[in-house]
Amino acid sequence: MRHDHIISAKQLSRADIEAVLDRAAEVAADPESFADRHENALLGLCFFEPSTRTKMSFTAAIKRLGGDVVDMGTVESSSVKKGESLADTVRVVEGYADALVLRHPSEGSAQMASEFVDVPLINAGDGAGQHPTQTLLDLYTIRESAGFDDLTVGIMGDLKYGRTVHSLAHALTNFDADQHFISPESLQLPRSVRYDLHEEGASIREHTELEPVLPELDVLYVTRIQAERFPDESEYRAVAGEYQIDAETLEAARDDLTVMHPLPRVDEIAHEIDDTDYAHYFQQAHNGVPVRMALLDLLLGGDE
Amino acid sequence: MSDRELRVSKIRNGTVVDHITAGQALNVLAILGIDADSGETVSVGMRVPSDRLGSKDIVKVEGRELSQDEVDVLSLIAPAATINIVREFDVVEKHRVERPEEVVGVLSCPNRHCITTEDEPVQSRFDVLDDGIRCTYCDTIVRDSIAEQIDVA
Repeated sequence: MRHDHIISAKQLSRADIEAVLDRAAEVAADPESFADRHENALLGLCFFEPSTRTKMSFTAAIKRLGGDVVDMGTVESSSVKKGESLADTVRVVEGYADALVLRHPSEGSAQMASEFVDVPLINAGDGAGQHPTQTLLDLYTIRESAGFDDLTVGIMGDLKYGRTVHSLAHALTNFDADQHFISPESLQLPRSVRYDLHEEGASIREHTELEPVLPELDVLYVTRIQAERFPDESEYRAVAGEYQIDAETLEAARDDLTVMHPLPRVDEIAHEIDDTDYAHYFQQAHNGVPVRMALLDLLLGGDE
Repeated sequence: MSDRELRVSKIRNGTVVDHITAGQALNVLAILGIDADSGETVSVGMRVPSDRLGSKDIVKVEGRELSQDEVDVLSLIAPAATINIVREFDVVEKHRVERPEEVVGVLSCPNRHCITTEDEPVQSRFDVLDDGIRCTYCDTIVRDSIAEQIDVA
């Protein structure tokens, strides 16, 4: 990989993605051999929004590589509360760490922050923008369960504000993948993502219902429809039930369908699915550690 | 530009922006930061007949030559515009605007969640597309309302 910063899935080529996934597979196969790979390395965690999976998996990843974290803590307990700018915060934390991980509610925040630091900066979610490391673990999960050849992926839920969706859609343009987007009309893909997919010549189709496309899918990637995005709660209630899956829904699916979700889920996937062969979302979350270990290993000079 | 138009509002020194897309003259003034309080001598012709465009707007600004940044942004809303630099009543330079690859610091991003709209030490930056502009930071694409994003200081 030849990137100083990981800001957007758009910057990742197929070779970049496969380099990370191959390294992640090595990590998963023999984690002990990576145990002291980056002894004394410090990862700066700048999380301006709540996070469970992303923050904990980055923490686990650097610790399993022999390093540790320096954590800004919550916004309430940091200098941000005193009015410090993001640009200043990352410039300060850069002095304490070998790489930075940034989660921020504003779109473009990771791009801007990266312009102020020299150590690698990883975008761990910028508002409704991008979440490239989630995409890497999503792709790892897809490769493990369905492979990358002649792939048909359905992405369902909040496509407008879902940063994991935006990053995954960009990344899938590197592969032989047909993409089906299923959402209420009010939550369809944003103009910028459509523009990029069009420019890349991606094979995409958009739907308001899952039913017609479900039997074609190798992968169904479900995201939460966020009630807070709707101006009127009744509008939310009108569509939310249409985008929930249960055992009955999946009767029309292929037996080898892979169901994924970036989590947290609320009620998009019924718990009765959890113990079926369809369910890959908890494994998907677990894959965050080896994938982020692999990414950190490459960014911190694992080949040197 | 006909002789008749020139006689009406000939300027001594300054810039004539000609062949502006009809209806965009006031937006050109906004790009140039000209309003009722700016104190500059300005002539505006709106929807005047044009052989090339059918109808066009014209803006003549006395005592001021435009910066490249101003011309770059102007090109986004008036891609056929010509810039005439006038000194001592003579046109000494005349050139068409060209669309730049990017525009920095003169438009504001319409996405209220974009980091460039917050109190950070960063200028707005837009890539220029064939049919619009795109925020380099948050990716928001603006097509129909570029003039509304002019960041008038």
